[in-house]
Amino acid sequence: MTRVSEVLRATKAEGRAALIGYLPVGFPSVGESIDAMTAMVEAGVDIVEIGMPYSDPLMDGPVIQTAATRALAAGVHIRDVFTAARAVTKAGAAAVIMTYWNPVLRYGVDRFAADLVDSGASGLITPDLVPDEAQDWIAASDKHDLDRIFLVAPSSTPDRLVSTTAATRGFVYAASLMGVTGARESVGEQAAILVERTRAVTGLPICVGLGVSTPEQAEQVASFADGVIVGSVLVRQLLDRTDPQDGLSRIRELAGALRRGMNR
Amino acid sequence: MTEQSNTRIGRFGAFGGRYVPEALVAALEELDEHRLKAQQDPGFMGELQRLHRTYTGRPSIITEVPRFAEYCGGARVILKREDLNHTGSHKINNVLGQALLTKRMGKTRVIAETGAGQHGVATATAAALMGLDCVIYMGRVDTERQSLNVARMRLLGAKVVPVDHGSRTLKDAVNEAFRDWVANVATTHYVLGTVTGPYPFPEMVRNFHRIIGVEARQQMLDEIGRLPDAICACVGGGSNAMGIFHRFIDDADVRLIGLEGGGEGVESGRHASRFSGQATPGVLHGAYTYVLQDDEGQTIESHSVSAGLDYPSVGPEHAQLHDSGRAEYYPIKDDEAMEALRLLSQTEGILPAIESAHALAGAMRIGRELGPGGVVLVSLSGRGDKDVDAAARWFGLLDEDGGDPA
Repeated sequence: MTRVSEVLRATKAEGRAALIGYLPVGFPSVGESIDAMTAMVEAGVDIVEIGMPYSDPLMDGPVIQTAATRALAAGVHIRDVFTAARAVTKAGAAAVIMTYWNPVLRYGVDRFAADLVDSGASGLITPDLVPDEAQDWIAASDKHDLDRIFLVAPSSTPDRLVSTTAATRGFVYAASLMGVTGARESVGEQAAILVERTRAVTGLPICVGLGVSTPEQAEQVASFADGVIVGSVLVRQLLDRTDPQDGLSRIRELAGALRRGMNR
Repeated sequence: MTEQSNTRIGRFGAFGGRYVPEALVAALEELDEHRLKAQQDPGFMGELQRLHRTYTGRPSIITEVPRFAEYCGGARVILKREDLNHTGSHKINNVLGQALLTKRMGKTRVIAETGAGQHGVATATAAALMGLDCVIYMGRVDTERQSLNVARMRLLGAKVVPVDHGSRTLKDAVNEAFRDWVANVATTHYVLGTVTGPYPFPEMVRNFHRIIGVEARQQMLDEIGRLPDAICACVGGGSNAMGIFHRFIDDADVRLIGLEGGGEGVESGRHASRFSGQATPGVLHGAYTYVLQDDEGQTIESHSVSAGLDYPSVGPEHAQLHDSGRAEYYPIKDDEAMEALRLLSQTEGILPAIESAHALAGAMRIGRELGPGGVVLVSLSGRGDKDVDAAARWFGLLDEDGGDPA
């Protein structure tokens, strides 16, 4: 069993949802991004979703696009993802990597999987890889015992909910809405309906992402999901920070508030 | 022939596939179902043929260009005149098909990416014709170098959104169109403008353009009395090239030659040549194909004087034709293309698009290879009206005071 699965089992036993925080490695710098990940673990994040910046992030809104562009301009490398995963694991949380498919393909799918295991990360979230195209990754993740976290969306047909969750390990990533990453005024009813539809076809934990940015929204999503994924609003703290210390305190404050929202 | 050699649905050999967010899969399956049914539906095909005939002006003619051919080693050169289509390029063939499909699917809004602006203009045109809302995404750099086409799209009632992310060219416009599509897929069809993207786009867009080669093959037999020795077409994403190539794939004696944007030269690193050894297979915009990318899978920005060829990836069927050896691909540098543009204008009175000028420069090379007796068919995919400003700057034809030189 991967660390992600252990964490999700433990939070379930505590009767609460897990808090999953996303930050891209390398923004504003590799060191600062890892410090921010560690800070959010200390503030109560259970699982860190480490983003690999990519030149063409077509599932991401402006905030994460900007962070990715700056991280790439500053010279982030794939190996930095593994460094971040080690730091997160050491800080006591579970780590998963979120990456578009081409960097993994270029690195070598099996080699990527082996280095992932080495870093202590539990697996991959693949926003532009559906199970239909994932034969190599399914083989590598089987071989290395890694989680493969595929997405389901409000538009997923009943057949696809069945086939996608059957290929998934660790948890199912339920996209709360039709759209790209970024804060939204409200997390709609669509999310609750999708979780209900997904629960009907799988026993896997279901974590909800996209658009969750406030403690109130986190509390609402925690009432029906096994995990709450928060991304853009965390990245926003690092975009708006005045200096590294300010960035860390903003991250701590927000992660703490989100976690308290979910504990209610 | 390519249909049979596909190893899996949606693949051209190893290339193609559907690398997209799950949120789009249902829409792609819906599109596939509708376009396969439409292909068999006499009502749909009849309507498309009627539009080709009464709106686009098909069949497009072929024109022999003997004065231009003097610069092509004495080979005969024949142009397939897609530049004479309504809206000025081949792009209308695909757009009319997809706009009809949009209505068939009950959707009311279309979005599209555009580089040179030709696909955007064609989409805005079809949207106006069929009463669809229309939003066009265009890289900021391209809105500046193709400002006339921006105005054309707006005149046609479309909203043009400049894209400021990344390299601010075609690839970023595609990203932005995908982002819009994910959010609005229930009401919106993404009119992808070339033979790449997730399945079924590469095959569907090729089928809508296949008419170019079907007409040209018959016209060659009727008017020239033989098939060409070679066909030259420019390749950005590769839609006009797939359109003219496809009907000739089984004619083994006809060389299929794709000309890529060579920019400032492949060795300079500033180019859009995917088949000259610098691009490697990878995934971009939903398809597994050749991609200009670095060692870590990050897309490398392409460069070309031609906005329509300035794209780091290429349609997956071209990747297969390349690897199988059935088609050949060569880079044409910016200055070679501009010289061909000047030559055709001054020898034949036909001003080609800068994109199509790459195919003409290819014909100049291949013609010299074939020599007298050779016959080259060129896909003249678009007209150069949109490029007058760029060409005038390139050749220094504009006077500071705006007057005619004495």
